[in-house]
Amino acid sequence: MELAINAVLLTLLVAISLGIIRQRSLFGVVLLAGAYSFLIASILIVLDAVDVAMTEAAVGAGISTVVLLATLHLTGSMEYPKPRPAVLPLFVCAVTGVALIWGTWDLPGFGVAVAPIHQATVPEYLRVAEAHLIAPNVVTAVLADYRGYDTMGETTVVFTAGIGVMLLLRGRRKVGADAGLDAKPGAKT
Amino acid sequence: MKQDVILRVGVKTVFPFILMFALYVHFHGDYGPGGGFQAGVIIAAGIILYALVFGSAAAKRVAPVAVVERLVPAGVLIYVFGGIPGLFAGKRFLDYTVYAQDPLHGHEWGVFIVEGGVIVTVAATMIAIFYAFGDRARG
Repeated sequence: MELAINAVLLTLLVAISLGIIRQRSLFGVVLLAGAYSFLIASILIVLDAVDVAMTEAAVGAGISTVVLLATLHLTGSMEYPKPRPAVLPLFVCAVTGVALIWGTWDLPGFGVAVAPIHQATVPEYLRVAEAHLIAPNVVTAVLADYRGYDTMGETTVVFTAGIGVMLLLRGRRKVGADAGLDAKPGAKT
Repeated sequence: MKQDVILRVGVKTVFPFILMFALYVHFHGDYGPGGGFQAGVIIAAGIILYALVFGSAAAKRVAPVAVVERLVPAGVLIYVFGGIPGLFAGKRFLDYTVYAQDPLHGHEWGVFIVEGGVIVTVAATMIAIFYAFGDRARG
């Protein structure tokens, strides 16, 4: 049953990826990317990573779709036709792809119990969390306790990213308005 | 989309449940999947949904720009100050066991406060980015 679900989801993922590559209208690309995020969220649920699935559904499918649509409103929504056949980039992509697939041969098989991650780190966290009588959700224990400094850093990263976006988007517009240059960006395309 | 009755009524009905679910994800993070980050993005997605249907002016009455922008750094401060009581009790920074007599209970409080900082920063940042894009697109 799980195999069938995975097969359907992954086939749809490949189909959507091909659709994104073929699509010239960026509006369609954004919508397909939203569908892609929902599919990834479904796959993460199959993998029992519900918290990551929630994040993917809310951020990937929800917020970034809206933000990308707002961006399209600013920049225009048609991709430029490709100028010439791109042989060299295709070659580079193919070689990189083959190298990555070649690299996966050395990885432990999917869900194998003897994989290094199930041998060293995870049992240690599970053991220590039980010894410290910490709440049942060990993910929360790892995030807030054993890696509490990391989570503080991550919060600071989110803060910094938000401040950066706000500075970029709002600061420039004010300067443009003062100089009488408040023309719609990308209007000339 | 302001005129669409189905959307307006639907969003009005669903909106409080989205916020409740976000709080559930936060409060229940010790036991179930999720935590501050997930709760934050769910709140942000709810506000953005509201803004899409009712317009960003209505959303800015629910979540005013000035408040949102102050909450972005406030969350980081909540996180940092959540760790300081541990120092005063002679323990380490971000040691949560000082919040109550029973270490486990105190630990729950500590995680709640710290994750509260995460939820505030994440939700406010997402909403602020959305407002920035929306204002730019209109202006």
